[in-house]
Amino acid sequence: MTEEKIDRGKIEIDVDECKGCGLCIVACPVSVIEFSRDIINKQGYHPAQYKGSGCIGCGNCFYTCPEPGAITVYRLAKKQS
Amino acid sequence: MYEKILEKPRSFYDNYPRKDGDITVTHYCPGCGHGIAHKMIAEALSDLNLAERTILISPVGCSVFAYYYFDVGNIQAAHGRAPAVATGVKRANPDSIVISYQGDGDLAAIGGDEIMQAANRGEQITVFFINNAIYGMTGGQMAPTTLVEQKTTTSPYGRNPHNEGFPIRVCELLSSLEAPVYIERVSLHNSAARAKARKAIRKALQVQADRKGFSLVEILSGCPTGWKVKQPSDSLDWIEKYMLPYFPVGVFKDNTEKAEPFRYIENVPPKSELPKLIDIPMEDKVVQASMADLPGPYRNPRIKIAGFGGQGVLSLGVAIAQLGLMQGYDVSWLPSYGPEMRGGTAHCHVMVSEHIIGSPLVTASTVCVAMNKPSLEKFEKELVPGGLLITNTSMIDIEPTRKDVEWLPIPATEMASELGNIRFGNMVVLGAYLQKTGLVPLKVAFDGLHIFLKAKRFIPDNEKAIQVGADYVSKKLAGK
Repeated sequence: MTEEKIDRGKIEIDVDECKGCGLCIVACPVSVIEFSRDIINKQGYHPAQYKGSGCIGCGNCFYTCPEPGAITVYRLAKKQS
Repeated sequence: MYEKILEKPRSFYDNYPRKDGDITVTHYCPGCGHGIAHKMIAEALSDLNLAERTILISPVGCSVFAYYYFDVGNIQAAHGRAPAVATGVKRANPDSIVISYQGDGDLAAIGGDEIMQAANRGEQITVFFINNAIYGMTGGQMAPTTLVEQKTTTSPYGRNPHNEGFPIRVCELLSSLEAPVYIERVSLHNSAARAKARKAIRKALQVQADRKGFSLVEILSGCPTGWKVKQPSDSLDWIEKYMLPYFPVGVFKDNTEKAEPFRYIENVPPKSELPKLIDIPMEDKVVQASMADLPGPYRNPRIKIAGFGGQGVLSLGVAIAQLGLMQGYDVSWLPSYGPEMRGGTAHCHVMVSEHIIGSPLVTASTVCVAMNKPSLEKFEKELVPGGLLITNTSMIDIEPTRKDVEWLPIPATEMASELGNIRFGNMVVLGAYLQKTGLVPLKVAFDGLHIFLKAKRFIPDNEKAIQVGADYVSKKLAGK
């Protein structure tokens, strides 16, 4: 076993479907979502983006996001024993 | 290895072709509660495996476009009437899952009685009621649910209960009724509340799937734009701070355990007997006359009659329909006119048929009667090839552009004028039409005058007008 910590979850945010409302940022219990400062998407918003690590795969962001397809949530598959 | 656990629910369309182009985002403002509620409903429909038999009724308001998003059967209802439409849809399709999705302006204001009656009847439908205390689509006006002291464009000093009354608590009102089975208010202001909202939405749909009865979930939802909050996420705090104290969340009625699955009454008469019960003759209808001897194009005419108001175009239509009725045919008459009694333009759709008429709307006409020039220009193009075009040449100084139709010009207004009253022009045309096509014998038309003509003293003059029109055609035919 390596000592490297593997996150329990991860999320993907579709740059162009996000309207930059920030609800997911408020909803994230581990504060791993932020506004991107340097991206302006097709709709003219600074979309939310995943900080890249620390996601616990709780899905809170998904259920607060008003856009049907903007956020996709992944969770680490259980290791097969 | 990561596995996908949450993604766009399958009950949404892949994209939402609206305006120009494929759009993959909703039309809702950033941070809008509708989107959140949509996602929860779509997820529930997929997970409960109900989408295939779901019919969603969208309201008027921001969520009017729900049909662009949900991959289910969709109907968009007039303002406030979603519960009424849902009632009809559900009763006609008892196995479907019918959702009425409404905002607070739609449900609690103009549709206030619709929802009350639907709930009171215990309709087997599910209502999702989005309460954001404001009219969003129209730009933030005061709604029935607008809070006391809340500023909107129509309550700029804040809602004052002395002037505008208190906000309506819909769940509390409806839960006092006997019939509703499940009523709950939920909120979208934080993750814990949203988890409860998801659960309530699923339960409401399950109630319907189990045929238990009427279910309604009120969802306290943010309107960042209408509330003019600084940033969309502030709307969540707004719900918590202002809405929750007045609109407490919770279950207001839950009879799901006790309620027996609804069974449609079994002594409903079979469809085949219905016409008899409401006195519509069907199988036993006797058609006295037949159109078998008429030339093909004249059979089962679909007629468009048009002219100025006052030229008698509507009454000409009534006359033809009445004569058809007297012959035992199925008939329909559909008027279309402006608010003016005289002047303006009017037209009507008339059908006379040996068969049952499905729709009274005449789109591809087989007969067109144009009493004035605008009518000719407007309606001749609707004629089917080989159709009959009758024009009142007294009022129309141009020739028809259609050359593939049979043209019968007749100076009806002048002929009527010679009879002493230009208002007999329509009966001149009637005589000409009957003589030309043989749809109904003239004798029947004379008898019919006694039925459809209100001013009985004009019967002799109208008889004369019909005869003059008929003679005009006979002479013309003989002259050829």
